[in-house]
Amino acid sequence: MEISQIATIAGKEFWDRIRNRWVLAVAIIFTAFALVIAYFGAAQQGAVGFRSIEVTIASLVSLVIYLIPLIALVLGFDAIVGERERGSLDLLLSMPITRGELLLGKYLGLAAALTFSTVAGFGLVALVLSAQLDVNALFHYFGFMASSVLLGCAFLSLAVMLSVFAADRTRASGLAIAMWFFFVLVFDLLLLGALVVSGGQWGGEIFPYLLLLNPADVFRILNIFALEDVRTLYGLATVFPPALAKPWLLGLVMLAWIAAPLAIATWRFRK
Amino acid sequence: MADISLAPNKPQPDVSLGSGLEVGFSADLGTGTDPAAAVIVTRGARKHYGAIRAVDGVDLAVLPGELFGLIGHNGAGKSTLFKMMLGLIPATAGEIRIGGALVTGANFRAVRRTVGYLPENVVLYDNLTGLETLHFFSRLKGVSPRESGAALERVGLADAAKRRVREYSKGMRQRLGFAQALLGNPRILFLDEPTTGLDPEAIRGFYAILRQLKSEGVTMVITSHILAEIQERVDRLAIMTAGKVQAIGTVQALREQMDLPLRFTVRVAAEDFAAVRAALGHLPVSAIEASGEHVTVHCQREAKMAVIEALARLDGRVLDLTVREPSLEDVFFGFSD
Repeated sequence: MEISQIATIAGKEFWDRIRNRWVLAVAIIFTAFALVIAYFGAAQQGAVGFRSIEVTIASLVSLVIYLIPLIALVLGFDAIVGERERGSLDLLLSMPITRGELLLGKYLGLAAALTFSTVAGFGLVALVLSAQLDVNALFHYFGFMASSVLLGCAFLSLAVMLSVFAADRTRASGLAIAMWFFFVLVFDLLLLGALVVSGGQWGGEIFPYLLLLNPADVFRILNIFALEDVRTLYGLATVFPPALAKPWLLGLVMLAWIAAPLAIATWRFRK
Repeated sequence: MADISLAPNKPQPDVSLGSGLEVGFSADLGTGTDPAAAVIVTRGARKHYGAIRAVDGVDLAVLPGELFGLIGHNGAGKSTLFKMMLGLIPATAGEIRIGGALVTGANFRAVRRTVGYLPENVVLYDNLTGLETLHFFSRLKGVSPRESGAALERVGLADAAKRRVREYSKGMRQRLGFAQALLGNPRILFLDEPTTGLDPEAIRGFYAILRQLKSEGVTMVITSHILAEIQERVDRLAIMTAGKVQAIGTVQALREQMDLPLRFTVRVAAEDFAAVRAALGHLPVSAIEASGEHVTVHCQREAKMAVIEALARLDGRVLDLTVREPSLEDVFFGFSD
C-alpha cells in the first residue's frame, strides 16, 4: 500500500469540500445549533441563557444523533458509485493505484472534511462558552466533540460501503436514507417494542449488547454515561450495565464500526 | 485478482521499454507479427459475463512505436478489451502483458507508469482548473507537477490553464484529457475515441502530436468509429466483431485479403459511353455503370493496369479518371458482415 497515493486522493477530496464551502456550511450549522441549544435550551422552562454543560451536552446529543449520521451519509453515499456513474472511475483506476488505496483515500479525505467541520463548528462554541466552563466541563465537552467525530466517521464508513455496493447513485441515495431511518429511528423502536411485547421477559440481558450494534446508540451511551446528572434523563441507555460503559471500550466499538464497513467495502471493491 | 502466468519454461527474449520492464514472448500468436518484439501482447484473452462473451479469445501483438487501430461496431468488445489491456477488468481467461509484465500482476504500478490512457468521453473534475487537474494526476502517476505546464502547452491549453474545467468546452476537456495521458512521457498510449468533440483544426493538431509521439517511439493503440480519419494514420489495425478479432494487418493487407474491387470513375461525353463499354468488354470487370457524364467501372486489383491501358487507347475521349481503392469502411463492412 502506497501512502502517497492515499494522501493524493484524500487531499483532493478534502480540498474539494473546503473549496465548495461544504465544510464551512456544516461548521456553521453545528455552531448555530450548539449556540441556540446552549443559550435557549431551557427556554421552555422560562429560563434563557447558558445553564450547565451537562444539560447542553444532553441536548446536543439529541441533535447530533440525528444530524451527523445524515450529514455523513449524504457526504459519502456517492464516493465510488458517483465516480463510476460519471465515468471518471476508469481513469482513476488506470493510474498506478490499487482499488484499496483509492477507497481508503476517498474515505480519509471525506472523514477529514467531516472531522474538520465538526471540530470547527463545536469548537467555536467551546471558545464562546469557555469563560463559563471549568476544566471538567471542558473535558466533557471535548469528549462530546470526539465522540461526534467518531459517530460521523462510522456513518461515513457505512456510506462509503453503500457507494461500493450500489449500482447507481439513485439506489445509493435510497439506501443511505433507509440506513439513516434504520439506525436513527427504527433500531431503538424495535428493541423497545421487543421489550414491551415480551413484557420485559425476553432478552433483557442481551439488550445492552444489542445496543452496540448501532453506532448511534454507542454514541448516546458514550455521552450519557459520562454525565452523572443526565443519565436519568434517558430511558433505554440507562439499562446499560456500568461494566460495559467504559469510554475506551465504547470508543473501540466505534472504531470497529468505522473499520468493519470499510473492510467490507474494500473486499467488494476489489472484486 | 489472480495473475495468469505464462508457462515458466518459455524462452523470453527482452525488449526494453526504458522503464525497467521487459518483454518476454516468443510464441507465434498467429497475427503475422513476431510477439517476441511486441510491447503489448494479449494471448487468448477472454472476458465473459455469464453467457455473454464480451471478449472471446483475442490474440494480439502490438509492436514498439506502432500506431495500432482497434475498430468494431458498438458492443464488438473493443472497450472491454481496452480496459483489459489497462488492467481495469480482469480477464476470465488468457493473459495480457505490457512490456512483458502482466497488467494485473504484482508489477502493475510499473506497468501503469509506462502507460497513458485517454478514455472515451473523458470526465474530469469541474471544480479544478486545468493545471490543478494535471497536478492531481501527475501526483498519482508519480510525475513532477512541473510537467503539467508543458503538457498543457502541447495540447494548446496553456492559456486556459487557470480556468476551471467547468468553463471548458467539450473539445477543451478532451484536450485536457489528452494532456493527462501525456503526463510522465508514457511509452504506450491507449486512446479511446480520442477525437470525440474536437473540431477539424483540433483533430489535425491531435494527429500532428501523434505523429510526433510516433517519431519518438511511443506505441499507441487507438479506437475510433471515424474510419476515414484513421485509415491513413494507423500502421496496422484489428477488426473486432462479437468479441473476436476477425482480421488484423495493415489497411492495404486487409484490402487485399478481402479482395474488394477497385472503382474507376471515368468522365466521358455521353456519346462515348458505348466506346468505353466496348474497350472494357473483354476485361475481367465486375460492373460497368453509366450515370450523367460518368462511367463507373468495378474491377479486381489484378485487372487494374489492363483497364488503364484500355482507357488510354480511347485517344482523348476520356476527360478525367479517378481510381479509388476500397476504403477502410468497405474493408470493415466486408469483414464485419
